[in-house]
Amino acid sequence: MRSKRILITGLSTYWGGRLAKALEADPSIEAIVGVDNEEPSVELERTEYVKVGTQHALLRRVVEAAEIDTVVDTRLVVDSVTTSSRKAHENNVIGTMNVLAACAGAGTNVRKLIFRSSTHFYGSEQDDPAFFHEGMGRPHPPQTPIEKDILEAEASVAEFADKMPDTDVTILRFANVVGPGVRTSHTALFSLPAVPMILGFDPRYQFVHEDDVVHALEHVVQRELPGVFNVAADGVLALSEVAGLLGKSYAPVLPPWGTGLAASVMRRLGLNIPPEMLSQMRFGRGVDNRRLKAAGFEYGYTSREAALALGEHLRLHPLLRTSAEPYRYEREVEEFLRWSPNVRSARVKDQAPGAPGPASGPVERYEDLGAEEILSLLGSLEPADLGALREHEAAHSARAPVLRAIDSLLARSPARASETAPRT
Amino acid sequence: MGRASWQTGLIAEPARTTLSQHEQPRPESLPAAELEALRGGDLRDLLPAVETERRLTDWGRSERVDGLMDRTLVEFLYRYWFRAEVEGIENVPAAGGALLVSNHSGALPPDASMIGKALREEHTHPRPLNITVEHFFKGYPGFSMLLPKIGCVAAHPANVHRLLNDEGQLVLVFPEGRKGTEKLYKDRYRLRRFGRGGFVEAAMRARAPIVPVCVVGAEEAMPVFAQLNLLKRMTGLLYTPLTPTFPHLGLLGMLGYLPAKFKLRFLEPIHFEEEGMHEDKGLVQSTAHDVRARIQENLFEMVGERRSVWFG
Repeated sequence: MRSKRILITGLSTYWGGRLAKALEADPSIEAIVGVDNEEPSVELERTEYVKVGTQHALLRRVVEAAEIDTVVDTRLVVDSVTTSSRKAHENNVIGTMNVLAACAGAGTNVRKLIFRSSTHFYGSEQDDPAFFHEGMGRPHPPQTPIEKDILEAEASVAEFADKMPDTDVTILRFANVVGPGVRTSHTALFSLPAVPMILGFDPRYQFVHEDDVVHALEHVVQRELPGVFNVAADGVLALSEVAGLLGKSYAPVLPPWGTGLAASVMRRLGLNIPPEMLSQMRFGRGVDNRRLKAAGFEYGYTSREAALALGEHLRLHPLLRTSAEPYRYEREVEEFLRWSPNVRSARVKDQAPGAPGPASGPVERYEDLGAEEILSLLGSLEPADLGALREHEAAHSARAPVLRAIDSLLARSPARASETAPRT
Repeated sequence: MGRASWQTGLIAEPARTTLSQHEQPRPESLPAAELEALRGGDLRDLLPAVETERRLTDWGRSERVDGLMDRTLVEFLYRYWFRAEVEGIENVPAAGGALLVSNHSGALPPDASMIGKALREEHTHPRPLNITVEHFFKGYPGFSMLLPKIGCVAAHPANVHRLLNDEGQLVLVFPEGRKGTEKLYKDRYRLRRFGRGGFVEAAMRARAPIVPVCVVGAEEAMPVFAQLNLLKRMTGLLYTPLTPTFPHLGLLGMLGYLPAKFKLRFLEPIHFEEEGMHEDKGLVQSTAHDVRARIQENLFEMVGERRSVWFG
């Protein structure tokens, strides 16, 4: 099954936004709907944004109304620093429940569910294997709220997969994400002048670059790959090695005993080290990424290259910070750009590949037609064709009356039809 | 890399990644079962490539630390302190995974590093040795940092399998485990129980040969007279033996080896060619028993031939 109508949850998150942007470029995808409780953080062209509550309670109606066939769930909170634990729980557990319920309705069209999870699923313990593979469970029950949430959410997704054999369910477990565009508690830690460590420990770390995250999501959207996949770049680094790659020194400031206490003191001082990160800083974690590679995915970055990219960003960030204006979502502007009949540029061009271009059939003799003849024919054309024709006219003879006539026709025609269904 | 074409968005078929031979061109026909099959052995081709810029392996072994130790402390102990003598080194295969199984003794056992050094010095194809250690060390500050750097990995079945089967490396196990290092001087060269035969199972599953190794000398290099249980509870260490130098000389006393003569003997490898042998628990147990008996037999022989503890 090819995904045609896609719903992305967590549109305001980095992943959701970038994935939507990437999918917009694929003309075979008819519709992209993004839901979230916050506004999108990247500029999107044809993705429709719907604001929903943290619990995603009304999602089912959106899914049914838009005849969604693929749901990409990128909404999971896996970093307890970014959100309060109550809000995270609401989003991770109740939210997942509602997203699954939205996919499970009686006459549902949803045939594919992609769930973004985290390698926090495996935890970090003393008696872990050096490389977790997808078939391994968690050796010990989770201790921290965020890990409990992740396990609970994954359990309900697995249950959903059992109950709905017709739906392909893919779970992607991402390792620690690094890159210029993403802020996590780890990137915050790495942007300190020296990388703090627990005295006497040098844990193993595996990263995944933010671009690879988006590509991996896109990869599974484009294929049928049910099951669980680890997404982590090649190479497992020691934390001291990471510090070296970032061009920093490391500081074993946390004591090996009473680490939690020291961390809470540091929290007071403004350095927030969440509990799930503390266990990772002690024992580290590596995962086996070969299953996704066997499914045809190729990583663009190794862990080392991802760390280098982060290092470069951290060095440049103070210089570049002011130059780029961050994108702000403004509902009215977005709506105007999408639906107003007065919007002519970019949009129309976008439709060109889908519409029968000026190169087909009767256009051979088009140049011979007089302006009046063309005007008389215009009424019978579809808006998409009109767009193509206008482009051709503008590029070649550029007769003012013809252009004006096409413009007025385009303005009057329901722009919406040409937006969502370029093929029809 | 194909990323440019991905951005133009003209591709209906997924084009960013090249289709591997495992993948069918039609997405409808890539079943989960096929992927599961890949889990078995074919994934070996997909191991991460070696990054030459790195000085650490994915397991945490550090070229720098390992090399430094090898050139200094281990070199000194191997050549001048223990004057190690090696026989049967050709029994260690030059390529592919192999599981070395050895007797174990001493408080901070020098036997593992001597076996590693012997492979480096005497073998025609020197290869790094992965030494399996207790999970305990991963949780103890200091050890946790140092041990992976010199080639120790936690004794997890999945780790051993990956090393033997997927990466084709040499792995050293001490099936006696803690029971071996806790054993007192009066019990020297008497092998403890060989666990539950997990090491045989691992070798059979990976179809890697077992090479039994006998080490004579380690028991006398650091004789353990007693176990200090109070100190053990106070420090949280795995075991706190009373040796000629520990604990009264502090942690450095852990390295206070006596200059006993070391003799290492590598025995004929045991091969496991058939698939699924590891599922036969009886076979696993009897093989484990055989390996233990062979090591024990050779140990007694070697000790019997020995004239002097210090001069061999």
